[in-house]
Amino acid sequence: MRFSNTKDLGTRIESAKAARQKVKRRLLVCAGTGCIANGSLEIADALQKELDARGVKLNVELSLKKTGCHGFCEHGPLVTFHPEEIFYQRVNAKDAAEIVEKTVLKGEVIDRLLYTDPTTKQKVTKYFDIPFYAKQQRVVLANCGQIDPAAIDDYFAVGGYSALKKVLEEKNPEGVISAVEEAGLRGRGGGGFTTGKKWRICRGQTSDKKYLICNGDEGDPGAFMDRSIMEGDPHAVLEGMMIGAYAIGANEGVIYVRHEYPLAVKHLEKAIADARACGILGENILGSNFSFDVSISRGGGAFVCGEETALLNSVMGETGEPRPRPPYPAVEGLWGKPTIINNVETLANVPTIINKGAKWFNGLGFKNSHGTKVFSLVGKVRNTGLVEVPMGATLRDIIFGIGGGILNDRPFKAVQTGGPSGGCIPASALDLPIDYETLTENGSMMGSGGMIVMDDRTCMVDVAKYFIKFLMGESCGKCVPCREGLRQMSYILENITEGKGKPEDIERIRELSVGILNGSLCALGQTAVNPVLSTLKYFENEYHAHIKDHKCPGGVCKPLITYGITDKCTGCTVCARACPVNCISGEKKKLHLIDQKKCTKCGACFSSCRFDAIEVK
Amino acid sequence: MDHANTIKDIIAKYPVQRGVIIQILQDVHGRYNYLPKEALDEVAKQLSLPVAKVYSIATFYKAFSLKERGKIIIKVCKGTACHIRGAELICNELENILGVKAGGTTPDMKYTVEEVNCVGTCAMAPVIVIDDKYHGSMKPEKVRKLVTK
Ligand SMILES: Cc1cc2nc3c(=O)[nH]c(=O)nc-3n(C[C@H](O)[C@H](O)[C@H](O)COP(=O)(O)O)c2cc1C
Ligand code: SF4
Ligand code: SF4
Ligand code: FES
Repeated sequence: MRFSNTKDLGTRIESAKAARQKVKRRLLVCAGTGCIANGSLEIADALQKELDARGVKLNVELSLKKTGCHGFCEHGPLVTFHPEEIFYQRVNAKDAAEIVEKTVLKGEVIDRLLYTDPTTKQKVTKYFDIPFYAKQQRVVLANCGQIDPAAIDDYFAVGGYSALKKVLEEKNPEGVISAVEEAGLRGRGGGGFTTGKKWRICRGQTSDKKYLICNGDEGDPGAFMDRSIMEGDPHAVLEGMMIGAYAIGANEGVIYVRHEYPLAVKHLEKAIADARACGILGENILGSNFSFDVSISRGGGAFVCGEETALLNSVMGETGEPRPRPPYPAVEGLWGKPTIINNVETLANVPTIINKGAKWFNGLGFKNSHGTKVFSLVGKVRNTGLVEVPMGATLRDIIFGIGGGILNDRPFKAVQTGGPSGGCIPASALDLPIDYETLTENGSMMGSGGMIVMDDRTCMVDVAKYFIKFLMGESCGKCVPCREGLRQMSYILENITEGKGKPEDIERIRELSVGILNGSLCALGQTAVNPVLSTLKYFENEYHAHIKDHKCPGGVCKPLITYGITDKCTGCTVCARACPVNCISGEKKKLHLIDQKKCTKCGACFSSCRFDAIEVK
Repeated sequence: MDHANTIKDIIAKYPVQRGVIIQILQDVHGRYNYLPKEALDEVAKQLSLPVAKVYSIATFYKAFSLKERGKIIIKVCKGTACHIRGAELICNELENILGVKAGGTTPDMKYTVEEVNCVGTCAMAPVIVIDDKYHGSMKPEKVRKLVTK
């Protein structure tokens, strides 16, 4: 099927929609990286066999699909049955027969596979009744988990490529830029720069060649929304790229994907090939005089390559070192030509803006932040996963409303947002609305949307040390303050966490921060001190506890802690068996004891005890 | 091993175009499980690039190893989500079992342990990836069941 004009495409979209409506029942198996890890492909095979064995006709009335990531990976593998929206979690291949027998054939619900709401302890049957989903507003993630990312027809069936059609039929490039500008879309990759404005700058350049690059490097460790979008809805990324390219006048595109995301690469490759075969990508798209094609560039595993100028160097086969701006890539980018670099989530928003209108998008959100934002809610929170909410939601809405509160009912201590360039926000700021500006004012930033929840068993000095070490390892080495300053900083923090810190260290950290901030070329160095400064701002007492009292209040820093067994011990012997150095003694059903001399503080006993009888001091 | 032909085949997959070197090295790495010196020399020769240039790229990017790696690759995620949920304990446990630190290979060339910054399944933290299979919610005890010397 090759469409030679937009009308043919429109007909196809309509027929795909109709076909989807005709399929009355759908059995969807999540096949994102997370669920595959837990065996979802085996489950899909088993379901297929069971259906075949019972002669259930597929495709006509029922379709079995492998979908992209729902973002609720912790409860995977996930299986949903539509239209009833029955939602099964932690499914096993052994459950396949029962699912087909009871749910598919008789419409019965299997209680055992339902999700239990941790707050109410009630079983929840329907997908959208689960608080995790009910409180979200999924725009960018709308198709993730609902369609087969490897089937272009599935994308058509949910109205895919109708934005491209509309643009080619009704809008000139200027019209597209105006719409994106009016919508108020800002970059989701970190900086929050207005997308329309950036496009306009690039459009204004006269050049024989322009490029559009999709930044899928997703370097923030702890964020995975870009992976889920590329894996679960690759055509939306392509469609966003096409519309962007049309607007700026680019005819070549590159998707830069981090090499840790093999499934994303696979799905994108398939999507590109299918779109090409349909005449949606390539020369004279849908018979218009707009030509655009896309290739994939796999990253080499360097965080700094997410920075746009480093990324350009990497795509050009160089080492990924940033260069000074200006010139900005929109003026002088890939191979010296005007280039737009946009984040995956930014681009995935574009088709929706065209379809639903700039006004609709602009109406969502808060102050100068419009639309929704996907957050990767992880760490010590009950429901971990991808959460999409309108800008302006509060941290409390997300962590306690959607996330269900803190794991094991422990007290909330802080939430880290913005990745390695961001900061830690304390409980006192939980009710602030989340938008670009508020987060920055509070010592953090939006970044790509990582949201790492920390409880009282997290050490804030350790967190600061973690990020500094991470950035030290990722500094490209070009600027001395970044390269050497971070090394010094890491050395000071290491000392503090080992109980060897001195009171004057705090002042030295502050002084060093100023040097690193001012002496670094790119944002990696310029923002590297945020994790340290924000923890110092809100949790200075923890630094003092390490330095003066040689104590780690979070119970994390090994040289400062000891493990002990309290009288909650039931003598179940689990810890003794878990201990790798056999230093726990005690008889069955009697209080156990740790030999402190032999203990390596590995923590295995702590994580194995089911009675909360191991304490850390 | 005939490096010249292997590398010729890999290069042939890519359009003659500037900037494909990293993609080519990715494939060479995939083919040999690391970047052998002879292969790098061969890449330089066939692409008419200075050997130093090929090395500067091979050493800059974390995806590349210049040392021969074990048969089984264990990646321990040290991303933030995993760190907060105890990735350190997982690393220590692997060190206990295999006797090698991150970046090391067991003397029998069976295992190589690598640290990576986030594999994108943070909701199941802490995560380890053994030969491309992901294992979530890891605990030291679970490591012992998965990995035996
Ligand atoms: C050290 C560093 C790492 C970055 N990593 C990423 C990344 O992984 N993904 C991303 O989209 N942007 C990243 N950025 C931001 C990009 O430089 C760029 O601003 C962004 O891709 C622009 O797209 P947007 O306007 O759509 O947000 C990073 C910036 C810095 C300084
Ligand atoms: S600030 Fe750091 S990462 Fe950025 S260019 Fe300088 S040395 Fe490289
Ligand atoms: S911390 Fe580790 S070494 Fe120490 S008692 Fe517990 S299990 Fe044994
Ligand atoms: S932080 Fe470990 S998978 Fe993301």
